[in-house]
Amino acid sequence: MNDYLSGLGALLQQYDVLGAFWTNIQLTFWGALIALALGTLLALMRISPIASLRWAGATYVSVFRNTPLTIIMTFMVMGVWTALQIQLADNFEDNFFRLAVVGLAVYHAAFVCEAIRSGVNTVPLGQAEAARAIGLSFLPAARLIILPQAFRGATAPLGNTLIALLKNSTVAAAASVSWETSSTMKTMIEFNPNYLWEIFAVFAIGYVILVIPIGLLTTWLSQRLAVKR
Amino acid sequence: MRKHTMGLLAMAAASTLALSACGGAEVGGEPEEGASAGGDGITIGIKYDQPGLGLQDGAEYTGFDVDVARYVANELGYSEDQITFKETPSANRESMLQNGDVDMIFATYSITDERKEVIDFAGPYFVAGQDLLVAADNTDITGPEDLEGKNLCSVTGSTSAEKIKTDYAEGVQLLERPGYAECVTALAAGQVDAVTTDDIILAGLSAANGDGNLKVVGAPFSEERYGVGLPKGSDRCEDINAAITKMIDDGTWEELVAANTEGADYTPNADLNPPTPDACA
Amino acid sequence: MSASVLFDAPGPRARSWTLVGNIVGALVVLAVAAWVLVQLDSKGQLEPQLWADAVSARTWQYYLIPGLLNTLRAAAFAIVGSIVFGLVFGMGRLSQVSLVRGVSGTVVEFFRAVPVLLMMVFFYGLFGQLLPGVSDKAFLAVVVALILYNGSVIAELVRSGVGNLPRGQGEAGLAIGLTPGQTLRSIQLPQALVAMLPAMVSQIVVVLKDSALGQLIGYQELLRTGQIVYSADGNPLQVLTVVAVVFIVLNLLLTVVAHQLSRLLSSRTAGQTIEGTGIGNPTAVAAGAGGPNNI
Repeated sequence: MNDYLSGLGALLQQYDVLGAFWTNIQLTFWGALIALALGTLLALMRISPIASLRWAGATYVSVFRNTPLTIIMTFMVMGVWTALQIQLADNFEDNFFRLAVVGLAVYHAAFVCEAIRSGVNTVPLGQAEAARAIGLSFLPAARLIILPQAFRGATAPLGNTLIALLKNSTVAAAASVSWETSSTMKTMIEFNPNYLWEIFAVFAIGYVILVIPIGLLTTWLSQRLAVKR
Repeated sequence: MRKHTMGLLAMAAASTLALSACGGAEVGGEPEEGASAGGDGITIGIKYDQPGLGLQDGAEYTGFDVDVARYVANELGYSEDQITFKETPSANRESMLQNGDVDMIFATYSITDERKEVIDFAGPYFVAGQDLLVAADNTDITGPEDLEGKNLCSVTGSTSAEKIKTDYAEGVQLLERPGYAECVTALAAGQVDAVTTDDIILAGLSAANGDGNLKVVGAPFSEERYGVGLPKGSDRCEDINAAITKMIDDGTWEELVAANTEGADYTPNADLNPPTPDACA
Repeated sequence: MSASVLFDAPGPRARSWTLVGNIVGALVVLAVAAWVLVQLDSKGQLEPQLWADAVSARTWQYYLIPGLLNTLRAAAFAIVGSIVFGLVFGMGRLSQVSLVRGVSGTVVEFFRAVPVLLMMVFFYGLFGQLLPGVSDKAFLAVVVALILYNGSVIAELVRSGVGNLPRGQGEAGLAIGLTPGQTLRSIQLPQALVAMLPAMVSQIVVVLKDSALGQLIGYQELLRTGQIVYSADGNPLQVLTVVAVVFIVLNLLLTVVAHQLSRLLSSRTAGQTIEGTGIGNPTAVAAGAGGPNNI
């Protein structure tokens, strides 16, 4: 029993599990920030008066929502970095980290866009009619009347997108970010197959600890922020 | 809760098992007979993505490892149609042997003490050395020491890049990709300065992809003794060693090396090749 | 969209501005596209041979089609398994017995929280230890991981589908003397299932996309066979483009099916049909899509 515990202890000391989780949290944070900005822009495009913008927004969503994230991540390295020579940092570690963040952001922006659109759908017709009646044109109406209510109505789907983003940050492995959780777990299992269950438990519980609070917060927020109608 | 989930898991596993037995699409269109280890045939693990060593080329498998595997299997008494080839990626080789997915592995598999703890080896049948692949007009990289501050590509799960970082050039930047083809593309685009792995693999890559734009540096700095991976306690080791010795003696070995490195300007290290198989454990 | 209440119909001035904007926008897009092409060309990536290899009959016959079949095989088993898993645990979460409710809730929440990729890596290792001699462990690991995650999502769909039905449906069942279990099975569930069907089709999109993760444990699905063929031909970008297009077309078709189903079935249930966003979270759709306030 003692052997077992010390073996497990040594294993956890040998690999930087907390560092790996920290990497995924950072990937998620930056990815979410950019995805939120891009997704909001896309949502505005999709409800805008200009047909070409609506079309561009819809095309973006169709393409990125339907491509496996693994392929997007591979494209970030093989297409954007290798072929187009777009370098996001001088050292490799930062460079691939940022490429992975961009990959996560462009993929999840499509879902943020759809979440905000579903939020727009919770805004009653009268609100938009009232905005027009007092002479607001599209952008002021969107900024002052529609989007504030839409975001509140979209809290739950946005929270779910954030959870998906956190879990999908493991796919950064395909963008050569080899120090994140899934790669670390794979290496640990490969060299310590006798601790398979324990290693999986450590990582799985880590994600449960991260995901459950986001879920609870989302539910609480979505009830608190819901516009009373 | 545990019981509940496990029961369900077992159910799901059982149903998928039963159904997957009906066969799926085997890549390469090979017939599925003898696909599982044991039985009448033999399942041999090879690489599918290494030109010159183990490559899936349409419905065929080509390369030095594949040819040696065929020769050895024939010597063990298996005819051509009793052999099933299966992909064994670097990171999965030990587990695929332990799990019985394959009966033996010919996949640029270096004999190391670490691996010997979990599996057995026959051979070696070839001795390669870690080397570097660079652009043909590159003159400032002549060995691993020159990689300080340079960019290096290797495949995920391989130790060769780590080795350069710890032993030769601490300031080297590493890119890890799932396959060498991606490394070669990055090298051709100038985003990395060198690709590292065993010289014979690099020779195959430069012959297949380079159009003469790439060259192997030609100063191997390690000894990689390619062995035949076997499950722990296998009784095939002696017979395989006999087959390898026969292959070297009757001149087949030399023919196979020449045929598979054609167009790559590569000759194996003559001091170490052809090797004499180790005694079996 | 033409009947949107968000903005007035554009007048002549707005229309001319839009036209100018469209032209400028199109020029910007063209300029970026041209730059990309020039970059690709300077790296020799536009060479016709590389693209011809990527779509040649040999590439399809020996690599991409077998890979696609493996992707579809994994997706098919995963979706069937997910529905079974989802029904069992979705009903478990609606059970009268608090223990069953608790256990089902824990299982569903756990598998929704753990990344699918981690589960695949774990099950690949586990099956290696438990099932020696079974040849297709990577396939099994992919399918089981997909079932546990997507099954949990479907369990939530079942729960929210029943929850979204008008209260009167359940009350009517109880009023005519059915037990709560009978009410669930013969009144609520059938209507909830009809309502969920489009969302389930959307879930297939998620399954298909996630099956590509199998590449990381060596399952020979479409992305992996693509990697094998570009190792032989030295054309990663070209083959990846083809593979991405195959996935996009397949998923778009499924999205269209989901949309049509949603419209077709909306009259067959007292609840609202939910389409699903394709990201795998039922609450995301239950909240808004298809609501009565379609702006």
